[in-house]
Amino acid sequence: MSALEPLLSIRDLKVYFSIASDSPWPWAAAGLLKAVDGVSFDIFPGETLGIVGESGCGKSTLARAMLNLIPATSGSIVWQGQEMCGAIAPAWQAIRKNVQMIFQDPLASLNPRMTVGQIIAEPLRTHFPQMSKHDVMNKVRAMMVKVGLTEQQINRYPHEFSGGQCQRIGIARALVLEPKLIICDEPVSALDVSIQAQIINLLMELQAQMGLALVFIAHDLAVVKHISQRVMVMYLGRSMELASKEAIYRNPCHPYTQALLSAIPLPDPRLERHKTLQLLPGDLPSPMNPPTGCSFRTRCPKAIASCAVQRPELRALSADTQVACDLLG
Amino acid sequence: MALLEVNNLNVQFATPDGVVTAVNGISFALERGQTLGIVGESGSGKSQAVLAVMGLLAGNGNASGQALFDGQDLLSLPASALNQIRGNRVAMIFQDPMTSLNPYLTVERQMTEVLELHKGLTYNQARLRAVQALDAVKIPEAAKRLSRYPHEFSGGMRQRVMIAMALLCEPDVLIADEPTTALDVTVQAQIIALLRDLQRDHGTAIVMITHDLGVVAGLCDEVLVLYGGRVMEQGSAEAIFYQPTHPYTVGLLGAVPRIEQGDHALVAIPGAPPNMARLPLGCPFSERCTLVEPRCFNTRPALVPVDAQSEVLRACHKSALEVRRYAQELKL
Repeated sequence: MSALEPLLSIRDLKVYFSIASDSPWPWAAAGLLKAVDGVSFDIFPGETLGIVGESGCGKSTLARAMLNLIPATSGSIVWQGQEMCGAIAPAWQAIRKNVQMIFQDPLASLNPRMTVGQIIAEPLRTHFPQMSKHDVMNKVRAMMVKVGLTEQQINRYPHEFSGGQCQRIGIARALVLEPKLIICDEPVSALDVSIQAQIINLLMELQAQMGLALVFIAHDLAVVKHISQRVMVMYLGRSMELASKEAIYRNPCHPYTQALLSAIPLPDPRLERHKTLQLLPGDLPSPMNPPTGCSFRTRCPKAIASCAVQRPELRALSADTQVACDLLG
Repeated sequence: MALLEVNNLNVQFATPDGVVTAVNGISFALERGQTLGIVGESGSGKSQAVLAVMGLLAGNGNASGQALFDGQDLLSLPASALNQIRGNRVAMIFQDPMTSLNPYLTVERQMTEVLELHKGLTYNQARLRAVQALDAVKIPEAAKRLSRYPHEFSGGMRQRVMIAMALLCEPDVLIADEPTTALDVTVQAQIIALLRDLQRDHGTAIVMITHDLGVVAGLCDEVLVLYGGRVMEQGSAEAIFYQPTHPYTVGLLGAVPRIEQGDHALVAIPGAPPNMARLPLGCPFSERCTLVEPRCFNTRPALVPVDAQSEVLRACHKSALEVRRYAQELKL
């Protein structure tokens, strides 16, 4: 397969949840929460796509929908030329050999009643039931060393490890199948700064060694900058800007991206005290009842009347930047 | 005399595994209108230090030392006298707004209670003040929202309710324990701007506890870097950020991902934070330090000024020059 063909290609993906209505009448229509509302992107072999956005923007739902952990409502998910949206469970199971996930809460995502060895071996036993015990254990041990654990820890339980070590176990579990793509859902946001740097460096090292593609989801643009080649910014279930790392950090186009970047406190007193802060007014609107037209218009400093009428689609602004804003030209 | 002066504060917990010293010999002085940042990773004792000052330690905790607020030692005051001060002249913003607001009471009840108790206002006066306070933290339709319960607010709003509540009595000292950690960056920026305005308008002194060096850079005059319950380095924000003299401070600065610079690799600190019940004999950071030498494992370095003229304190056996050279290698 050539490098130009995407591993995973997602088109107009929508994930809706129906929410019981607040109304006292049982026949009242259920509300519809549009967690992901028409997102499209491609992931190429070996690259890292960062997805950022505030809490409630649908980034975790998107990650789960990509693996059918939450079924997509509509749209298309094409894995190496094979349409997966609406596919049956065995078909999904087959591609999960190649697509694995790392979760946000390192301790909660490990079964407390299994030893580290059992946890890391489980994907192998699921996908390769014919593999001998001996081979499984050899692979597990090799993987533990690769992620910076020691072989002696194989019979320990998750609670005996610190947060950073638990995240290493989660990474080992995802990597033991030697997948082509790993979806990381906020893998470092629960960790201390010094440990966070360890995990980011580990992921980058393993990516270089194994030629992995990563989808790296975070709410922190600074973390994403370190690891990604391309970055997608999400707001209320829509993608606002999708651009190369260089473009998005040097020249952010969408007003939301600009606000998000300016809100990050810089660890440098002189810069931080003298920068112009672009504060967004108000709070995130309810995804049950998003604004008409552009979903960002209620907080956008540049919004005009026409923003309420038509919803802007993601379109190419330059070779490496796509934005969903009709005011930019 | 300083508004709040903490001398040699120690906090110990009696646990089934023996006595754990969470905070060991912290001292600082805070003037009116000043901001002190306390930085450290989880488990470094930063929250316990301020909880001790507020007399809010868990039942098995014990604080010793001195915490002089306006000449009174908060640690030795009886609860009745302490209740006159906390919430009134020294207020605290807690980390998690969901668990520190009472879910059974409306925001109105929780806010008016403070004013009726400390300021002796009538209910109607207190209600009016509460509305003004919510307005000040930019909660839209404050009068209408006052009668709501905490769960009806979003995370950012709840945090603003907490801040409004802490500021009701216009305290002299505001202790903020990770006030923005649970929030999104855009909301965090709003809250920090708010704290800055309040400080400018009322001259409040702020103790800011955080692990986010960006927040410290924007807000704090003085910084105290904690590790394993001990002060590693203490000095002005400028000195800590631009001329760090402790390997741990250097490590922290190197580990922070930055958007304002090019792609330098992150310098991770190896290992994991120490177990507080089994701290190393020597320097608590010795197990993870890149510049470590044999004496670091055996003798604990004292917290001393960097040099005769300097106001920066550091606890490290290595000379400041060696550490700075190491920092330069990391291009900090």
